[in-house]
Amino acid sequence: MRDLRLAVRAGGGFGLGLAFFLIVTVMVPFSVGPESDLLARIAPGVLWLGALLSCLLSLDRLLALDWEDGSLDLLATAPLPLEAVVSIKALAHWITTGLPLVLAAPVLGVLLNLPLEGFKWVVISLLLGTPALSVIGTFGAALTVGLKRGGLLLSLLVMPLYVPTLIFGAEAARRGAMGMQVETPLLMLAGISAGVIALMPFASASVLRINLR
Amino acid sequence: MSIWEYANPRKFLHTSERVMPVLWVSSGLLMAVGLIWGFFFTPDDYRQGSTVKIIFLHVPAALMAINAWFMMLVASLIWVIRRHHVSALAAKAAAPVGIVMTLIALATGAIWGQPMWGTWWAWDPRLTSFLVLFLFYLGYIALWEAIDNPDTAADLTAILCLVGTVFAVLSRYAVNFWNQGLHQGASLSLDEKENVADAFSNPLYVCMVGFGLFFVAMVFYRTGTEIRARRIKALMARERQEA
Amino acid sequence: MSLNVSDLRIARGGLPVLEGISFQLPPGQALILRGPNGIGKTTLLRTIAGLQPPLGGSISGGEDQIAYAAHSDGLKFALTVSENLRFWASVFGQRSITPALKAFNLTKLQDRPAGALSAGQKRRLGLSRMMVTGRPIWVMDEPTVSLDQDSVSLFANAVREHLAAGGSALIATHIDLGLEATVLDVGPYKAAPLEFDDFDGGFL
Repeated sequence: MRDLRLAVRAGGGFGLGLAFFLIVTVMVPFSVGPESDLLARIAPGVLWLGALLSCLLSLDRLLALDWEDGSLDLLATAPLPLEAVVSIKALAHWITTGLPLVLAAPVLGVLLNLPLEGFKWVVISLLLGTPALSVIGTFGAALTVGLKRGGLLLSLLVMPLYVPTLIFGAEAARRGAMGMQVETPLLMLAGISAGVIALMPFASASVLRINLR
Repeated sequence: MSIWEYANPRKFLHTSERVMPVLWVSSGLLMAVGLIWGFFFTPDDYRQGSTVKIIFLHVPAALMAINAWFMMLVASLIWVIRRHHVSALAAKAAAPVGIVMTLIALATGAIWGQPMWGTWWAWDPRLTSFLVLFLFYLGYIALWEAIDNPDTAADLTAILCLVGTVFAVLSRYAVNFWNQGLHQGASLSLDEKENVADAFSNPLYVCMVGFGLFFVAMVFYRTGTEIRARRIKALMARERQEA
Repeated sequence: MSLNVSDLRIARGGLPVLEGISFQLPPGQALILRGPNGIGKTTLLRTIAGLQPPLGGSISGGEDQIAYAAHSDGLKFALTVSENLRFWASVFGQRSITPALKAFNLTKLQDRPAGALSAGQKRRLGLSRMMVTGRPIWVMDEPTVSLDQDSVSLFANAVREHLAAGGSALIATHIDLGLEATVLDVGPYKAAPLEFDDFDGGFL
């Protein structure tokens, strides 16, 4: 798995997603007002949306760099199956983007006056949900890899695919913060993550093969 | 005589051109009959008054919005498995029709919702699902537009359609779960319709069939256009190659 | 294992470019592809490398045997020379990168980031990648671009050694490498425009 280490090091733009997450979160009180009740109520949703947008932001560099320098062609002729390549890429994206977001979320939760019980559930739901965001995002990146203005299109394609993950993830965090039971949305979220991690690489690899032709 | 004969562009054009006038006329007639019957010759609902009559637009449009996506799914599958170009082009041709149907369903829903629920928009599960469907249509059409090579575009959009279908179904369940308690299903069209007796259902069925035929005619027409556009492109490419 | 190509027909962007290409590449031999720009040499090499499907004909003996070098070298500028090579070596399940560094005179540069190399040095690094794949058939697209005289002879030596060790090479190039090689001019194989038939072929 040294590919991963190299992919991580070569990926670059490490802190960018994190900084974006911070800025989005800071902008929210400016736009909705400083009442701490309101902020506490929307905090789980804001954190989820911020994490989702930060993920999205870093997607277009995920495969585009390898496309431009020709590595993708070479990887496609290597003994490693493309399914494994895209899985590793998604994993690398999660480690460089998703995981830092999960770790930063509690800190930003303080800014938003997140209720105490909420911290645990925000972190757990993000931990379960962000892998799905990375894997689905890799599919989007594979779809748009050869396109000149891929970035905007990428967001347009990936956002609708993010809907179920966002709903269940934010719902779990919201219920947790309000002290309600969270099992159902959390189970659904875990199910979606497991499902997309198992199946999406096949779709991503087939799309990538088409794009490499 | 197999169905796959119609995968031949020429055969498809030939047949669809003969069928299309019949489709246009019959769908026009059915829609006119259904809408006039529905708007003017049905009693007002005792609770909803005349506002209920918008279902004659709303329900068929919503029905076709979903069916158009299913048709695209089937056409995409045929393209992926058997690689008939007409099939891919039919999927491409259906998408704009589908998105317009989705828009009609959303707009009529909002217009109906205003007097009924006192608001233009509510994050009702069914409305929300249609909004998500609208986003899926947008992405699908945008991807077709973005790619130059038509075969690559057909392949990529087909896979997007397959993946999108799975996620659209997932979204439907997610949205249901997300907002189950706030609006009773009965406040929406389908249950209401069943409660409202046959006076409404008969013209509604006529409208649905009319919309369905209209959709088929539109798809035939647009697929024909796509086939011709594709052929022109091929002829021009060949000329460049010879030069 | 020799590479067999028979009656190959290939397309670029949906248009057929070359057809009727047949050759055999046994171990220990090299085949040089020539032909004017735009004739479809790159497309032919990509097809043989398995990146795109042929329109017709067959390619055999190439499965998991081919190492492919494209126009771009696939280098990560943030990584050093040896890290770049080690990455590809590990992808292909090989261990040692020293012979590759030595053959292309990169030993002194091995700790430099690839981004700090000159164009010719980058190219040398890209070509040395072939040696860490451990694969017998080298398929190379214009390998000598931006190489100076000495580097070209380094490259030619590497190919010669590879051939002597029982490998083979398929190279598209315009310059004379001084190799004992068969030359295949693909010019005469230019594909005739497709006849419009009644079926989907009318779209091509």
